[in-house]
Amino acid sequence: MSSARSAAQRSALRQGLAVGAATAAYGVSFGALAVASGLDIWQTCVLSLLMFTGGSQFALVGVLASGGASAGGAAIASAALLGVRNTAYGIRMKPIVGGGFLRTVAAAWVTIDESTAVSLAQSEPRARRTGFWVTGIAVFIGWNLTTLIGALIGDVLGDTRMYGLDAAAAAAFLGLLWPRLTRLQPVAVACGAAILAGILTPALAPGLPVILAAIVAILVGVFNWFSHTRDDAPGQAHGQEGER
Amino acid sequence: MTLWHIVLAASIICAALKLAGYSIPPRVLEKPSVSRVADLMTVAMLAALITVQTLGEGQAIVIDARLPALGVAAVLLALRTPFLVVVVAAAVVAALLRLAGMP
Repeated sequence: MSSARSAAQRSALRQGLAVGAATAAYGVSFGALAVASGLDIWQTCVLSLLMFTGGSQFALVGVLASGGASAGGAAIASAALLGVRNTAYGIRMKPIVGGGFLRTVAAAWVTIDESTAVSLAQSEPRARRTGFWVTGIAVFIGWNLTTLIGALIGDVLGDTRMYGLDAAAAAAFLGLLWPRLTRLQPVAVACGAAILAGILTPALAPGLPVILAAIVAILVGVFNWFSHTRDDAPGQAHGQEGER
Repeated sequence: MTLWHIVLAASIICAALKLAGYSIPPRVLEKPSVSRVADLMTVAMLAALITVQTLGEGQAIVIDARLPALGVAAVLLALRTPFLVVVVAAAVVAALLRLAGMP
């Protein structure tokens, strides 16, 4: 980055740092919950370093908390299904931040909700690049530091339920879901998936109800139920709704 | 499967999904049904996780302090409260209710 930054780039820089600070703060709750679910501090930190996508991380430890290591397959599948959206982000970010092999690997590593959203919110190409990298790196550093802090605190806390951390995880999922509920179709999918998961919970091993809820997304998506026909016309670029 | 296997396998899959976005031809997502399923998948997963995280206890469905906490979170989100405040508020509500004797 040259020293002569445009006003648009400085604005993207500020936004990225602000988002990084806000995200870092709830890394504490991830760290504490991960330890409460049975992971040790190292395993918790490896998740934030390697996986580095909050929704999938919370999903993994959520399933492990209810089913233990025997729910491992379901835990992995939940994390993976929730990570599919990062593939879509990568496709959109490639023309903006792509480059050689190392740069691409680094970009993919920090391709998450936040970096994609801040980048695409900018109007100037250079500002988009700045927004992506600043947000991605700021969130990466903050998220990993606070994960470690949370894991250390969680080790001391013992019963995280007493501090409402289980409710905090549910609220975090709701906070991630909320901005995506802009049209009837996602609302219908959310209701269907939530109800199906509730019905299946007593019948199946922990973790499986969440994975089977994916069927709702596939059915509604393939047959395009609950859509207002016009805004999903073939050939139209997919929308950007749902990004924070 | 040990916890380490689970942590590493899930991490590698999630990292590979990110890299895939930079490797596969963009045409794949231009198919409307594929991009719709990719978008809706996130919605379905999050919604199912909300149910399980709010009402689940192993294989049982229980109503406890998590449910009112989630209700408060929903109200705050409707009022456009910042994400972090919502998460902290939910924890505080659940902690206070449990302090007051709610399971």
